[in-house]
Amino acid sequence: MSLVSVVITGVGIISPLGNDFSTLMRALLAGETGVREVPELEEIGGLRSRLAATVSGINPKLIPRKFRRSMSNMSIYAYLASQQALEMAAYPPAQLGEGRIGVSIGSTLGSTATSENFFKDYFRDHSLERMKSGLFFQLMGHSCAANVMQSLGMTGRMMASSAACATSCQSVGYAYEQIAFGRQDAMLCGGADEFHPLTVATFDVMNAASKDFNQQPESAPRPFDQRRDGVVCGEGSGILLLERKDLALKRGANILADVCGFATASDTSSIANPDVDAMVTCMRLALEDAGLTASEIDYINAHATGTEQGDIAEADALRQLFGDQVPVSSLKGHLGHTMAASGSIELAASVGMLLEQKLIATRNLEQVDDRCAGLAHLQQTRPESVNIILKNNFAMGGVNSTIIIRSSVND
Amino acid sequence: MTEQEVIELIDSSIAEEFELDRSEMGADANLYTDLGLDSLDTVDMVIVLEGAFNFKIREEEAIRAIRTLGDIHRFVLSKIDQQP
Repeated sequence: MSLVSVVITGVGIISPLGNDFSTLMRALLAGETGVREVPELEEIGGLRSRLAATVSGINPKLIPRKFRRSMSNMSIYAYLASQQALEMAAYPPAQLGEGRIGVSIGSTLGSTATSENFFKDYFRDHSLERMKSGLFFQLMGHSCAANVMQSLGMTGRMMASSAACATSCQSVGYAYEQIAFGRQDAMLCGGADEFHPLTVATFDVMNAASKDFNQQPESAPRPFDQRRDGVVCGEGSGILLLERKDLALKRGANILADVCGFATASDTSSIANPDVDAMVTCMRLALEDAGLTASEIDYINAHATGTEQGDIAEADALRQLFGDQVPVSSLKGHLGHTMAASGSIELAASVGMLLEQKLIATRNLEQVDDRCAGLAHLQQTRPESVNIILKNNFAMGGVNSTIIIRSSVND
Repeated sequence: MTEQEVIELIDSSIAEEFELDRSEMGADANLYTDLGLDSLDTVDMVIVLEGAFNFKIREEEAIRAIRTLGDIHRFVLSKIDQQP
């Protein structure tokens, strides 16, 4: 249980469906897709998937070179989204350097593209003489967090969770705990990732990347659907500004939502496969942290990526806790799987659903797989009175994470 | 390569790498106070010059004394002169 109340006051988005919060929400509510064909993937031997959900329409040159030189795309996305979140919250710039606002932003890896470019050159003659000074800063595991803090002049705590697909759910949760336990007054938090064929290959090698819809990008991925065939990899960044509620109210901030519960739990049954019991445990712990029961949840934003095993396991876990009483959807059908950014982009969209009082359906869910049935699957976007949302993210490595947010309208 | 061509190659390479405005790149421009470069940029500048002129200068003691664009011009011209 949180010792002090924590609220969300700002959201920043760089995504396959637009590069700000309102554009993202408009596209999600309209049922659009950010998935497209990527012809370059055809040139990679052994790779069967040809789809991705990539970012377009940003201008990195707007970032001063002094800061940009240490950024790969993922840090550029994180920086741009962080700026948006601070602006939306009208957070006082003078307070950024006072040590009471920190950063909790993670990514799956350091930049694979930077790594590839370095080694491509290095293997020419095994010389390090052409290695630029910015290389390490793009490769390091805390590249996004460090670059955001450096470029925004932030001097508080720096955290950089790296937990694959659960990265940003954990990042937001850990940020919430920093504030809840009085260590920081505010946190910029979330995740970022950049697209690279290696990410697709990681799933493809385990037969978990979509390949049956290469000529129909709009039809993949298909969370919970009978014809689902795997993940479509994406990129982007979702950043939320969390603040101590009393301080946010004192400075007159517009409260978007309350963060009321978080849990993360590990399972050791397999480094690759999901574990239903651990998922259930994680959700139970988050409910306990929020002081809520399952019956008080109005909507579940599922992790559901469109893989054979993951969707069945999550459906099973949700069935055990919520039966068919709580509407469930996944946004991967719209956004693809934006990896370390998926938790925070989808959490931002969940904030949007609270604000709009609308629930967004699972795109491409046409025929629910029998093994994913028994849930209140959302197949049509609809207006709904929604007060409390539970959001899941699960990851390879045995990582489970759940966060719960509540509407601030009734405060 | 004429002296002017050498200077042009230096300036264009540095302008491209560090996204500098050529109009601000006079020979007396201080790399740090006028052009805004820092110690990390100095590392990259050596790599850019080595790539442009196909020589090795990283271990040259004279590099540490470079402060202005004119210093770079003179250093590179002298280095080229020394080459067999």
